Order: sequence, then structure tokens, then C-alpha cells
Amino acid sequence: MTVTAERRRSGAATRGAGTGAGAGTRSAPYLTYLLPATALFAVVIAVPLVMNIYTSFTRWTGVGPRQWAGLANYRQLWHDSEFWASMWHSLALVTAMAVIPTVLGLLVAAALFDVIAKRYSERTASFLRACIYLPQVLPIIVAAIVWGWILDPQYGALNVALRDIGLGFLAHDLLGDPHTALLTVMAVLVWFQLGYPVVIFMAALQRTDPALSEAAEIDGATWRQRLWSVVVPQIRPEIYVVLLTCTVASLRAFGWIYALTSGGPGVSTQVPSYYSYQSFFTDLDVGYGSAIATVMTLIIAAVAVVFLWVQRRHAG
Amino acid sequence: MTATLTRPASARQRKPGRKPGRELARRRGPAAWITLTALVVLTVGILVPFALIALNAFKPPGQYSAHGPLSLPDGFYTGGIQTFWDTADFGRALWNSALISGCVCVFAVLLSILNAYALGIGRVRGRTWILGAFLIANFLPQEGLVYPLYDLAKATGLYDSQLAVIIIFTVIQAAFGTYLLSSVLSSFPTELLEAARMDGAGRARILWRVVVPVSRPTLGVLLVFFFIWTWNEFFLPLVFLVSNSNQTVPVALGTLQGQHIMNPLTTSGAALLGVFPTIIFFLIFQRTLTRGVTVGAIK
Repeated sequence: MTVTAERRRSGAATRGAGTGAGAGTRSAPYLTYLLPATALFAVVIAVPLVMNIYTSFTRWTGVGPRQWAGLANYRQLWHDSEFWASMWHSLALVTAMAVIPTVLGLLVAAALFDVIAKRYSERTASFLRACIYLPQVLPIIVAAIVWGWILDPQYGALNVALRDIGLGFLAHDLLGDPHTALLTVMAVLVWFQLGYPVVIFMAALQRTDPALSEAAEIDGATWRQRLWSVVVPQIRPEIYVVLLTCTVASLRAFGWIYALTSGGPGVSTQVPSYYSYQSFFTDLDVGYGSAIATVMTLIIAAVAVVFLWVQRRHAG
Repeated sequence: MTATLTRPASARQRKPGRKPGRELARRRGPAAWITLTALVVLTVGILVPFALIALNAFKPPGQYSAHGPLSLPDGFYTGGIQTFWDTADFGRALWNSALISGCVCVFAVLLSILNAYALGIGRVRGRTWILGAFLIANFLPQEGLVYPLYDLAKATGLYDSQLAVIIIFTVIQAAFGTYLLSSVLSSFPTELLEAARMDGAGRARILWRVVVPVSRPTLGVLLVFFFIWTWNEFFLPLVFLVSNSNQTVPVALGTLQGQHIMNPLTTSGAALLGVFPTIIFFLIFQRTLTRGVTVGAIK
């Protein structure tokens, strides 16, 4: 994305020089090409977005008329411990899906690129990369079903294996215990997400300038110093893209929670996404669900705007 | 998601044939061996769940309860998969998923082309803002759209219909496609456009006869991505497709899981069936990607 965006700028410059003035008036007929998308976007995105915000100011069971409630839903949210718990859990999921995979992915990608590809073989490096990426091709729901089965307290592979090798005392209902449920979900998410930054960062490392790293090495910089001060600044655009897309993905972790824990035990793995779904379709408290969804929308929009702003500033 | 698309772009920039210094390449000190070991251990750990599925999908039922999930299967038993195939009506689900994802990827690419033609080549006024809006639309949480869409679908008789899902995902995927394709088309060779104009080609003709054929590699990559992304979607299809005969693969798997009627054998059978199509896509996708990269390199 970033790379193409950079190309776009240079392309725009040459084009601007070539076609010169008159591009503005000449562009008007092209507007017809935007018509189908405009109509579809209005129906599928814009109108629903506005309707959702409006509904968040009402009480509604989904049938019959909406009753205007002002800020009542938001006031209720403010005092709702389940909502606050779900927000904290979102931060945990951001850690598991964005922060840890980015840091770990950078280390793994650098190790594959610097050590494995150069001192062993390119083939070994790309084979390991493909294996690490494999979880990413699974539909989330399939991956969640597999883990739900592995972690099942009675017949799940993990506990059975522990008992088989005489470590039965370690066997534990990881998803059923409120103290371990969230950490377990986080671990599964790291497993799922790691391949994505590894692939992106390895592609990014291909375009870094090896002369810079070699110069730093001659000057006596350690591997860690080189990674942090020479390599990271060069691949900053990719780091931003990975952080942004992973953060957005982690705030939408509906499938994982639906299939692994349903938000439980209690509310120990509740997230806003699942909470709004429950309010909509189980509790039939559509106004409240809309309020949760509106807060989510605002947070994700804010995250996206901040990331894009920081990225543009660094791109200079 | 976005970044997978970075791959062809940045891979294209890779300078082929640059070899690291020979002496450095052969230096395999203890640190290098430790790194290799750590990475291999990590990779094996990541692959364990896949191995467990493969190990148990064809295991006779008695054996699982007697010897557990880690024993090697002592027979080839397809009963678990069979049971799941029938309860989930899996053949139907496969067809539904293929139909929905197929329609979405074609329609979304068409819509992206039209938009990108206006924004990238037509350079209509305010395109930065329009592009920003498309990008934000792609990031918006579906939770914030789902209830009004559900309501709208009910009002128009499209609830529990695949058409509703196709329309919605066409728009969502086209939001991303527009963003990407506009950047690609804004660096489209001007000489080609000028030449076509001088030959008297109109705007529509230039689009279909010049722009589309030249950008075919990018369109191919988008087509594959849209297909896979739509195939893997769960949340909106779960809400919209309630009757069994309309459900996609993820929804069929998810609802069965939700009913808690799965035993270990059907679960691993289900997982195997769920994994299988995506592995095939993965292979196709690798090919498309390589083709996209080579074509880009020749140009």
C-alpha cells in the first residue's frame, strides 16, 4: 500500500508536468464513472452508518417504533462494568494481535533475512516463512474451532497429552477459568497473526540498503543496534501499515470470541464486537447495541486517522 | 490484509541476483545455529494444530477415546468427515461460498475499475477526499452497519438471501480495491493514453481496450484477494444467512460449533474440510502473485 502510494506521488508529478492546465475541466466527464459506486455506497455504507448513530439515541427492540432516549444509552454505557471490561479486553487483543506480532515478527523476519537466508539458504528461509504464514490463510472460524477442540478440558489434545506424559497436574480448563481465558485467547491470536508481519517485513527488508547495515557493522554496531537504528527507520512505512491493519483487525475479533468463549466465563473475554451482537440479536436492546457499535466506529476511525496522519508526517 | 497486497509491489523492487559476501555467507557460528534452532522450534509449534487435525480426521472413533488425540491412526476411517458433511450439508455450503465469493470478486473488481478510472486517470476534483472516504469505509467496523442493513434487508425482502450478502461485500471490497487501483492507475503511462486519444478512442473505449488489458496483473491479484476475503467472512453472513440451505462454509461450521453437538472426530473432520479449500486458494494465490510479479518485471 505504502509503496504504491509513494509511486502515486511521483506519477502525479510527471503527469502534472505532461498534461498541464486544463486537467480540471477535462476531468468532469469522468464523474459518470463514479455514479454506480456512489449509489451503492450511499445504500450500503452511508445510510446504515447514519441510521446506526440515530438508533443509538433511541430505545428500540427492533420492532415497532423507536423511542427517543437522548443520551440515555451512552449514560448507561458509562456505568456499565461489562462495557468497560470489554474495552479493557480490546486493549489486550490489540496487544496480542498488533503489538506482540509486530515486535516478534520484526525479530523473526530479521533473523530469517539476516541469518537464515544469508548463512544457510534462501530456500530454508522462504520455507520457514511459508509455514509461519500458514495460520493466516485459515478462515478465523475454522482456526477457532480447531483451538476450541485442542483446548477442550475433557477430550482436548492439550490436556490429554499432558495426562499421557504424566504431567496431568498441569492439565487445566484454560478457556473455562476466568483467570486464564483471556490469556489463552491472546496466545491463540498471536499464533494466528504472527505470519502476517513476518511476510510483510521480509518483503520490506528486501528493499533496504545493505550498504548501510554493513557500514554500521564495520563501525562496531551490534546486531540489535543495527536492527533498531539502521533497519527499522528504513522499513517504517511497513511497520505503520502492519500496526494499523492489525489494530483494526483486533478490534473486530468477533469470530474468535463467538467460537471460542462466547465472551465467557462470566464476562472475562467479552469484547465490544460480541457485546453489541448480543445486544442486537439476543437481548433485543437495539439502541444499546447501536451505542456500543457507534463507540467502536469512532475508536476505529480515530485510530485510522491517527495512523495515516503519523505515516504522512514521516513520509514527509 | 492490506499488506499482503504490498507484497507484489515491494517484491517487484527486489534486485535479483545480489549475492551477499561469500565469507559472511559461510560463517555459521554458534549464534547462527541457535537462531536456526529457535526458528525451527517456533515453526514446528505453529504447525502442531495442523498436524493434530491431519492425525485425527481419519481416526476410528473407538481409538480416539482409548488412545487419545496423539496416537497414530490404525485405520482409515472417513465416518467423522461423512457425519459432518451430512449434518452441515457441506456440499451445499461449498457451492454457496463459491457462488457468493465468485460474484463478489467479479463485481467488486468491476466497480473498483470504474472508480479508479475516474480517480486515478480522470483525476476528478477532490479525489484525495474521495479516496480517504473509501479507505475509511473499508476500515469501518461491520458492527456499526449490521443492524440498519439487517433492517433494510428485511424491508426489501432480501433477508436470508445471498443477493444481500453479495451486494454488501461488493461494496466493502470495492472500497479497498478503489484505493489500491487508483494509486496504480495514477502512474499509468501517459503516452499510451495520448496515443489512444489521437487514434480517436473515446473514454469508454480507452478504459476497456487500453487501461484494463494493461493492468490485468493487478486486477488478477485483486480478484483472488477479494475471493479469499469474502470466502473467509463470518460476521455479516452469520447475521444474514439464517437458513441452512443458504449458509456459507464458515457460517455452517460456526453454527454447528455453537450448537455444541460436535465430538472430537467430527470437529477434526470439520476442520479438515474447512482448511482444505483455503489451502487450494493459497496455492492458486501463490501462482497469481508470481505471475503478477513477473509481468511487472518485464514491463
